[in-house]
Amino acid sequence: MEAAPLNAYLVLSAFLFTMGAIGVVVKRNPIVMFMCIELMLNAANLAFVAFARYQTDLLAQVSGHIFVLFVFGIAAAEVAIGLGIIVVIFRLRESIDVDEVSLLRG
Amino acid sequence: MAERALFFILAIVAIVSAGGVVFSRNPVRSALLLVLNFFTLALIYFMLSAQFIGALQVIVYAGAIMVLFLFVIMLLNLGSPEAVMQERDLKRPLAYLIGFGILATLVGQAFVLLLPMTPQPPSEAGTAKVIGQALFTQWAYPVLLMGVLLTVGVIGSILLARRRVS
Repeated sequence: MEAAPLNAYLVLSAFLFTMGAIGVVVKRNPIVMFMCIELMLNAANLAFVAFARYQTDLLAQVSGHIFVLFVFGIAAAEVAIGLGIIVVIFRLRESIDVDEVSLLRG
Repeated sequence: MAERALFFILAIVAIVSAGGVVFSRNPVRSALLLVLNFFTLALIYFMLSAQFIGALQVIVYAGAIMVLFLFVIMLLNLGSPEAVMQERDLKRPLAYLIGFGILATLVGQAFVLLLPMTPQPPSEAGTAKVIGQALFTQWAYPVLLMGVLLTVGVIGSILLARRRVS
C-alpha cells in the first residue's frame, strides 16, 4: 500500500488555501466569499488529516481527526450566522454588494 | 502505484474545481463546483484512512452547508450573473500578489518537515469507535464548548432573521 508522500498532500492543501484567499479578495458577492472561506477551512482540514496519517502515536492520530470535527462545527456556525446577516442586509438594502455595505468603516 | 495515480487525479480535480469556484461568474455554478471539491476531498480522506471524517465531510459539507448556500442563493434570487457585479478589477493584481505570497510560503514550509516521510501502517484511528471514545472522554470539555458555540449560532441566526414587530 504505497500512499503519496506527505508533501503532496500539503502542497495540495496550499493550493486550495491560496485559491480560497484569492477568491475572498477578488469576489464582491458575499455568498461566494463565504464559499471561498469554506475552501480555506477545507484546506486546513486536509493538512490536519494528512499530518494525522503520518503520526506514529494512536492518540496523536485521533487528535488530528478530532480537530477536523471542531473545524466542521466552526464552519457550520459561521455559515449559519453569516448567511443570516446576508439575508438581513439584502432585506434592508435590496443589494448585497460588499463594497456598498461600508457602515462600519471608521 | 495505483494509489499515487488516483491521488494525483483527485488532486487535479480538486484544484480545478476550486479554481472554478473562484473564477466562475455564476454563484450557482460556484456552489455546485464547491460540492465537487468537497466530494474529491472526502475521497482523499478515505485514501488517508480517515473513514469517519470522509463520511462526515459528505454529510455535513455536501449535505447541510451546501443546501444552506443554495437556499440563500435561490431565496435572494442571486442566480443570475448580473445580480452582483462579480469582480473588481483594481484589486486583482493585489489579490494575485497575496496569493502568490501565501502559496510560496506554504509550499516552502511543506518541504522542510521534520516528520518521517513514510506513512504509518493503517491504524484504526479513523474509525467512529476510536474517535467517539476520545471525543467523549479526553475531549469532553471542548465538545461541550462546541455545543455552546452551535447553540449561540442557532439563537443568533434566529434573532437576525426575526422581523421587528413595532
